Amino acid sequence: MAQIRVEGLDKSFGTFHAVKAASFTVEDGQFLCLLGPSGCGKTTTLRMIAGLELPTAGTIRLGGEDVTMNRASARDIAFVFQLFALYPHMNVRRNIGFPLKCEGVGAAEHDRRVVEAARILRISHLLDRSVSGLAGGDRQRVALGRAIVRQPKCFLMDEPLGALDTEMREAMIHELRGLHDRLGATTVYVTHDQLEAMAMADMIAVMNNGIVEQVASPRDIYDRPASLFVADFIGSPPMNFLPFRGRLQVGAQAIWLGEREVAIPAAREALVESDLVLGVRPEHVRFTDRGMVRGEVYGSEYLGTTQIVTVTTRYGALKARSPSSICFRTGESVGLDFRPDTLSVFDKASGRAIRTALYEGGAHG
Amino acid sequence: MSVANAAHSVVEPSAGTRRFAGLLVILYAIITMIPLVWIVLTSFKSPDDAISYPPKILFKPSLEGYCNLFTTRSRQTPEFIQTLGQPHGLCDSIARSRNMVVAGPSNYVPRFVNSLIIAFGSTMLAVALGTLSAYGFSRFRVPLKDDLLFFILSTRMMPPIAVAIPIYLMYRTVGLSDTRLGMILLYTSVNVSLAVWLLKGFIDEIPREYEEAAMIDGYTRFQAFVKVVLPQATTGIAATAIFCLIFAWNEYAFAVLLTSGNAQTAPPFIPIIIGEGGQDWPAVAAGTTLFLVPIVVFTVLLRKHLLRGITFGAVRK
Repeated sequence: MAQIRVEGLDKSFGTFHAVKAASFTVEDGQFLCLLGPSGCGKTTTLRMIAGLELPTAGTIRLGGEDVTMNRASARDIAFVFQLFALYPHMNVRRNIGFPLKCEGVGAAEHDRRVVEAARILRISHLLDRSVSGLAGGDRQRVALGRAIVRQPKCFLMDEPLGALDTEMREAMIHELRGLHDRLGATTVYVTHDQLEAMAMADMIAVMNNGIVEQVASPRDIYDRPASLFVADFIGSPPMNFLPFRGRLQVGAQAIWLGEREVAIPAAREALVESDLVLGVRPEHVRFTDRGMVRGEVYGSEYLGTTQIVTVTTRYGALKARSPSSICFRTGESVGLDFRPDTLSVFDKASGRAIRTALYEGGAHG
Repeated sequence: MSVANAAHSVVEPSAGTRRFAGLLVILYAIITMIPLVWIVLTSFKSPDDAISYPPKILFKPSLEGYCNLFTTRSRQTPEFIQTLGQPHGLCDSIARSRNMVVAGPSNYVPRFVNSLIIAFGSTMLAVALGTLSAYGFSRFRVPLKDDLLFFILSTRMMPPIAVAIPIYLMYRTVGLSDTRLGMILLYTSVNVSLAVWLLKGFIDEIPREYEEAAMIDGYTRFQAFVKVVLPQATTGIAATAIFCLIFAWNEYAFAVLLTSGNAQTAPPFIPIIIGEGGQDWPAVAAGTTLFLVPIVVFTVLLRKHLLRGITFGAVRK
């Protein structure tokens, strides 16, 4: 197992700039998720680490060794594809053993390692079956078996659960993470599903339009989003955004939202008068009679223990998460209040989060 | 009818429709089989029965056609034949009954061998070249890919015989006329465009992930191609091989023009088998019957692939 270090990675396909100066480091044994909407460049980044695409610029180091221009077969990595890519003309045993055949491993050792991989993935009973008859989850286990049989430097996975149904995916999330921990593997995992990323990752790299917007732990990504995009992409429902115009001084603890003062975490940088955005997670919106923002209840979605209440205000529709025991009538006039220590402020033009006390103590992106 | 209507299904044809379709297929099969049956029957007729009018359906079978196909004979006086000893085998005795003796083997076997070498040689070459270039067109960013593919296809837009005279002159100059190599190259060049287009379709359908997985597992691209792509392209390769073989096996015009003594194939040879007093129809029919055998065997051996090949891509998995 090894550290993966990506520096200034760039990839263009003709005029299309797929990945722009991506940099991040996956420490030995870490589980990193590349998360982003489709077309954001996450798969291209993964394929460059694998050696299936060559970067236009930048370097990739595996365990300290520069492998940027090495071909895939010389990198000693394993790749799990979304559609499994099991060889249909081989049975399970030969599929799992295929990487070993190339290394010239002896027959006894070959058998031992295939059986061991199958045991770890609990597919020993399927070894002599044809892969075409297998269910989705078992196919994915065979694909994983092919990855772990060789004990590579790292695992790269391209939406490996995307082709599975929801129930199977839930089970496989835990299995994958468990497998990672048992093997002490370094893993890079591509997904567009934030729940998957949150559940599995040590670190998440959020990508958008070819740019790595933030690399941080799941908690930091959620609580301290580095940009408007991250704040909007992560969380369901996403963060509420209240646009306003104003300026900030270092140490300022409040902003003027319309004619009302809203307390925020102390600012750590100064800003001249500009268009700003206040970000509030739905669970940090509270209903009070003397709230700083007033609005009308538009509707609510019942989610079991909580409900999402949509309130129409002069800043647009705001969503609030509240206990489902409280009853709201449509059209009811309510006041809203925000938990001051959790608010984020963004610069509207650049989308960048303004440094405040909130962003201290957490890792920065 | 009432039963069929009771279990009416939108997608399944009714029993009546199916029976009608079956009838049509049988009718079509009979119509296409008649000439073949006629050829096979004629090959077992005596020369007199072969040209009798009205044609005979029932006749006394004879192997004279096959004997005449494989031998050359010379006419002798009955007195001379009397002086000879016992006839050597069946063909000799048939010949003697017509006041002839077997003079030696005919050219049919060498022509047949030429056909085998040229047809299978050009098929293998066309399929091998076609598979490699189809893979290249399918997987790599080839500059001017679409133009090149169109150019390859455009060689099929005219009948090959349209270039017969230039090819004749060219072959004469470079010394390829009447050589097996020349014919193999010619049929390969005609077939390779078909092979590239057919095989590109098949290889496009094979997900790239298979090779990528193999390359990550430590194999080179060529190893991945051999170990992963080829086994999955067998259907397409078999279907393409049959199409190429049928063309090369049956080709007549170029064979007449470019071959004579050395590399002549069976198609130009069979129609000019001359017997006593004109065309020897039973021998021609016998030559044709035997000529059908290799292609039938090849097609039957690969028919599973051929069927899958024709319907390939219509339904995934």
